[in-house]
Amino acid sequence: MENMVNVFLFGKKYEVPSSLTIMGAMEYAGYQLVRGCGCRNGFCGACATIYRIKGERELKACLACQTKVEEGMYVATLPFFPLVKQVYDIEKVPVSEAVMMQLYPEIYSCIGCNACTKACTQGLNVMQYIAYAQRGDFEACAEESFDCVMCGVCSSRCPAGISHPQVGVLARRINGKYLAPKSEHLENRVQEIKDGTFEKLIQALMQKPVSEMKELYNNREIEK
Amino acid sequence: MVEKRTAVYTEAMLESMKKVEAARAANTAFEPRRMTAEEKETLLATYHPDYKQSEFEVLKAGVNKGGKVPTELAALLQGKSRISASDVDLSKIDYDVDVLIIGGGGAGASAAIEAHENGANTMIVTKLRIGDANTMMAEGGIQAADKPNDSPAIHYLDAFGGGHFAAKPELLRKLVCDAPEAIQWLNELGVEFDKTPDGTMVTTHGGGTSRKRMHAAKDYSGAEIMRTLRDEVLNRGIPVIDFTSAIELILDENGKCAGAVLKNMETGELLVARAKTVIMATGGAGRLHYQGFPTSNHYGATADGLVLGYRVGAKLLYADTLQYHPTGAAFPEQIFGALVTEKVRSLGAKLVNANGEVFMHPLETRDVSAASIIRECTARGNGLETSDGLGLWLDTPMIELKGGEGTIEKRIPAMLRMFGKYGIDIRKEPILVFPTLHYQNGGLDITADGMTGVENLYAAGEVVGGIHGRNRLMGNSLLDIIVFGRNAGQQASEKAKTVTLGALTLDHIAKFEAELAESGVETDVQSPKLLPDYTRKV
Repeated sequence: MENMVNVFLFGKKYEVPSSLTIMGAMEYAGYQLVRGCGCRNGFCGACATIYRIKGERELKACLACQTKVEEGMYVATLPFFPLVKQVYDIEKVPVSEAVMMQLYPEIYSCIGCNACTKACTQGLNVMQYIAYAQRGDFEACAEESFDCVMCGVCSSRCPAGISHPQVGVLARRINGKYLAPKSEHLENRVQEIKDGTFEKLIQALMQKPVSEMKELYNNREIEK
Repeated sequence: MVEKRTAVYTEAMLESMKKVEAARAANTAFEPRRMTAEEKETLLATYHPDYKQSEFEVLKAGVNKGGKVPTELAALLQGKSRISASDVDLSKIDYDVDVLIIGGGGAGASAAIEAHENGANTMIVTKLRIGDANTMMAEGGIQAADKPNDSPAIHYLDAFGGGHFAAKPELLRKLVCDAPEAIQWLNELGVEFDKTPDGTMVTTHGGGTSRKRMHAAKDYSGAEIMRTLRDEVLNRGIPVIDFTSAIELILDENGKCAGAVLKNMETGELLVARAKTVIMATGGAGRLHYQGFPTSNHYGATADGLVLGYRVGAKLLYADTLQYHPTGAAFPEQIFGALVTEKVRSLGAKLVNANGEVFMHPLETRDVSAASIIRECTARGNGLETSDGLGLWLDTPMIELKGGEGTIEKRIPAMLRMFGKYGIDIRKEPILVFPTLHYQNGGLDITADGMTGVENLYAAGEVVGGIHGRNRLMGNSLLDIIVFGRNAGQQASEKAKTVTLGALTLDHIAKFEAELAESGVETDVQSPKLLPDYTRKV
């Protein structure tokens, strides 16, 4: 007999194998999921979930696909959270603090409670990356927020109404486009292709019989 | 990032782990030879799941009649429509657009941005949310021949050979020649790439590459691309109709694609979308669990695009070839089948059997690596039993030995986190892996302009077949969704300018049903599948 635990899905009690994830437990209980289930692998942020263990005070947050059930777990999923996403033109944004002032001024109302960081399902230092955004340090904000899956749990806990994940995306796009160093070899190669530098070579390959291609492939030099 | 230990190893695992540890220094230094062409052929024919004839079925109806596909796919391709023509009033148009894009992954989003750029009235429809897609989960990287010692021609040769010389040359040419520009386009949109301080892209090998051309954003490469594309789609105000699936394509009286019947996944409401051109970007099929394999794919990977396209007469190419990623997580069971990126091996981790022996070169192509792992675990008996099957070691601590302490946290943080949730510190301990169903090599047959065999029906991304031949190299899929997604968006929006739609019809439903009946196919299966059913049956 499998080891079973009692979990409470939206308050209703189910007995489920202790080896299951919360998502697995919901399906075991009979839920055919439509919302609140995406990649099932910790990358998409669709299955944000809050829970409290019976008898404990702390409210915890997690991704349902990445978290094992525990005895006495009270679970509520958060399949959608109304994050504020401001619309902007990446070609025209000012690369300075001004952009944050314009688009996400509420970040300056952060009261430093750190609830976002405590709630982060990825274990990120969310309040820190908001602090970086406040002072226009996009590179640091981009790095600190990099592993964000945009599940929105941080925002659900924020008394200042900040949409942290959207601030992170903006910072990363500005950093990726404007601040990170340009790749000269990439620009050169794009130009060479436009100039038709490789055209003859490729055309020749495309017309070779398979036997000749096999010969070339099996004897090609492999970079160490 | 490493939490309390909740993974419970068996005695056999712990004992074997000691052998792996004891041999680590020697194994790290050891340079295993690559297999010869003949060795690979024999290995694949004997152990690769694609060669297991009993798992395939010959199609009795449709444009690929006589061709073979996996049994599970055959049932859906030869399934019944979810509707009859009489269920839908085609005179009541709910959405009227130039370009309709079905699917909200990387290909669909790229297509939408380009179609919008070209002035088309564009709409995305997706059965989950935009970004709930395999793109989001692609970890390792994206290929492009942009280094001085590399060229599109070398990239072509690597991909052509890796795909068993079966790729359509004009598609592969486009893939490799448009690759550097695809990277540039992403970078200009603000996608971050790992670079050195002077701007040089940090590139590594993937299985079967002869040059280091794998670009990455840590091991969140796909996520970084997807969230940026999604942000751009939203910035442009392109409508995204989420939790709405396409359940049938609509043709016009001249047999050209002219839209789709949509279904609200929550309310069941049917809606009509009319479009001058349609781009199918529905992705792959991992959730069909061919041959009982677990999958690294997202929840909606159920081959819907193949089914929708097939029913209106779009031909499939290489639908009998699937990619089993060599390293799915085999333990702990909570992440069974989840992807362990090939980048782990690019960075220096080797595959090690239960006795602590390195039994192959870690960077053979995926089909060869998967078959080799299966052989090692089954015929050679050098695997370990797990609660779900078998597995062997991927010795991750080698990465730190080779690249220095901190390499794992910096380059593959998602892997550190995924195992860390169960108390497994991949910097110090090896992990257990076994092949997992990862990618649909085949799919809808297209020409270089992105169009399928049905006029005005385009396709892009994993739903397409022919770009990679019979096996895809790591990093060529993120590349393909960008190159062919953009291409489909540009071509479909340009074509839409000249399209005059005839009267809409759903006559193909009855026609296909009649063909099934004539061919003696009896079925209760409704398709497309839309979502897998994992509820417990009592």
